[in-house]
Amino acid sequence: MIDKAVASAEAAVAEIQDGASVMIGGFGTAGMPDQLIDALIARGVGDLTIINNNAGNGEAGVAALIREGRVKKIICSFPRQSDSHHFDAAYRAGKIELELVAQGNLAARIQAAGAGLGAIFTPTGYGTLLAEGKETREINGVHHVLEYPIHADFALIKAHKGDRWGNLVYRKTARNFGPIMAMAARTTIAQVGEIVELGALDPEVVVTPGIFVQRVVQIASATNHALAA
Amino acid sequence: MNRMTRDQMAARVARDIPEGAYVNLGIGLPTKVANYLPQEREIFLQSENGLLGMGPAPAAGEEDWELINAGKQAVTLLTGGCFFHHADSFAMMRGGHLDICVLGAFQVAVNGDLANWHTGEPGAIPAVGGAMDLAIGAKKTFVMMDLLTKQGESKLVDACTYPLTGLACVSRVYTDLGVFDVGPQGAQVLEIVEGLTLDELRRLTGVKLEMAAQSQAA
Repeated sequence: MIDKAVASAEAAVAEIQDGASVMIGGFGTAGMPDQLIDALIARGVGDLTIINNNAGNGEAGVAALIREGRVKKIICSFPRQSDSHHFDAAYRAGKIELELVAQGNLAARIQAAGAGLGAIFTPTGYGTLLAEGKETREINGVHHVLEYPIHADFALIKAHKGDRWGNLVYRKTARNFGPIMAMAARTTIAQVGEIVELGALDPEVVVTPGIFVQRVVQIASATNHALAA
Repeated sequence: MNRMTRDQMAARVARDIPEGAYVNLGIGLPTKVANYLPQEREIFLQSENGLLGMGPAPAAGEEDWELINAGKQAVTLLTGGCFFHHADSFAMMRGGHLDICVLGAFQVAVNGDLANWHTGEPGAIPAVGGAMDLAIGAKKTFVMMDLLTKQGESKLVDACTYPLTGLACVSRVYTDLGVFDVGPQGAQVLEIVEGLTLDELRRLTGVKLEMAAQSQAA
């Protein structure tokens, strides 16, 4: 019997080593798998490359990972926010490397990795600082920039419900990067509000097919936690 | 000098958004446009973080922090609205499916170049978000901004001095002193606030301005 469910967040992240590249779902705090990140911090690993839309908000999640000095490099689109003080301090102190990527290119590069594409040509960013030094090509009269896929060793994502085969459904705008990160990482770990019986998820509405997910951990408070934030 | 308030600017932009349009309102000032879209018009508001059919803010105490907009404020979903992942959201932009996006700006050039993501100052932490994708992806990119900085410098310029967001992507600029079309033909004035003349507008901006054929002095 295939059972991707694991008993705890700690067990779910137990294989993540120093120097790993880790995609973390979420747009701001919506969809951020806080309990998996807490378990990663408790595990004590560092020198991580983190891929997330932002660079931490407030004190929890990615912000805590940066505060604890575990992040060597972050690949994101929107690091600077009113509550990104831990990133701001680390960046100004030269303790964290930033690769800034236009948000749609971030999504497309993650999706390209998951889809097995060698690269993409994107019109976004052409003629800007973010395209400096990159190969360009005019295609059908439009200028494009060559961008490479973003792969990762692990993806930590948050979904609403999952089953023991790893099928996932999401909740509202907490979906954001979850489905494409699940495809792009070698090992995808999903924290879900509830693990349901096989067959309980309507196959017509499964968003992430289980083939993209290696571990599922039930964090009962996952949804409620977000509601109370 | 007579100026349009931010609410008057938002109402002015809203007048140009037709029924059935798929629209993304950028964070900050453009968000206000939603308050002035007439109830009887069905308009689809898209938010980059994965929703179409975005509704107004919920009542206090009713917030669901898994239902937010690009500015990370709590919002609601209209009946018939839906959710999707980030790659689909940006396919809507880059793929040319969005009819209109409304963005704020540091500078717009008369040819439609846009600078709105980074001041380029030493020590400034850059953040781009979805600005570059929206600017070049939507069928029409509108900018909404004060025409002058607090120091009185024109934000409508011959060439942007701030780092660019996109090239020749803006088609119309709504400001507190007038409405302009920009593009290959240069800047054309569609409307001027009451009490201001074209010559005064030329002096304030320092750029070449002509009245558009269908223009109206307010």
